Amino acid sequence: MKTVLGMGGTDDSIRALEHTLDRVADTGDDLTVAVIENPDSVPDSDEVKDRAKEIVEEHEADAEIVHLSGDPGSAIVEFAESNGYDEIVLGGGETSAMGKIQIGRVAEFVLLNSHTSVKLVR
Amino acid sequence: MNGDGITDVSGFPRPPFEFEDAEERVIGIREFDGERDALMRMYEEYDPGDRAQGIPPVRGDALERWLDSILKGVNAVSWDGDDAVGHATLVEDEGMDAHELAIFVAQSHQCAGVGSRLIRGVLSLAYERGVRDVWLSVERWNRAAVRLYNGVGFEKTRQEGFEIEMATRLTES
Repeated sequence: MKTVLGMGGTDDSIRALEHTLDRVADTGDDLTVAVIENPDSVPDSDEVKDRAKEIVEEHEADAEIVHLSGDPGSAIVEFAESNGYDEIVLGGGETSAMGKIQIGRVAEFVLLNSHTSVKLVR
Repeated sequence: MNGDGITDVSGFPRPPFEFEDAEERVIGIREFDGERDALMRMYEEYDPGDRAQGIPPVRGDALERWLDSILKGVNAVSWDGDDAVGHATLVEDEGMDAHELAIFVAQSHQCAGVGSRLIRGVLSLAYERGVRDVWLSVERWNRAAVRLYNGVGFEKTRQEGFEIEMATRLTES
């Protein structure tokens, strides 16, 4: 299976990457990490790309890292569809002090617009 | 954080108080006073379909951890005899001078006026404790909840996608 993980740099996107690297270690799936420009993330995309590279190396995994510019939701959907990916993986949202799950804007857009299956990591 | 919402708590009943609900049950609303086991029983029986954005958690240990974290805030409980039938809680946001509100009413006591008394009671109690800015998030399709929050002064501050955020400022005239 070809999986693309969208990573904007928020904590949930980092957890999603770690979870997905563990999964592909078991399944042997083909993973691409797409660094996207998430407006809700503080670090800029160069920092996020470096962080992604570090995490991939820590897991001794083999994953291509690409940078997608422009609107993050539409960029990841278009990238997945035009490159024959089977699945988009995203962070599953942050939780408030109360414990309520709050889904990010990028995940909302992707859920509503993607024709590729979407997985949110909790 | 603040929209234009203003909530004047001076007309709200301050716990402890009692009232008769729409099904003629005598319901007491009191500040939480260590009755954790009664709340656990209420949440263990809580209809999973009435969960909101993942809370209350269904499983035992996650439920216990969640309950312990929210019981540090301002809490009011609705009682039917010895049974907890409603719970409203305000939890402080880390590093911000605002509190997040959530309210839960047991299935057996919904649509009977328990929630509207409970929310007024907890906001009155919160005001007394010095809470001023209150916010919440609610799923967009949960119209009954949005009406309840509007009714006590909350105004929408953000609406994009699945959830609505609402906020108000507590005052007393």
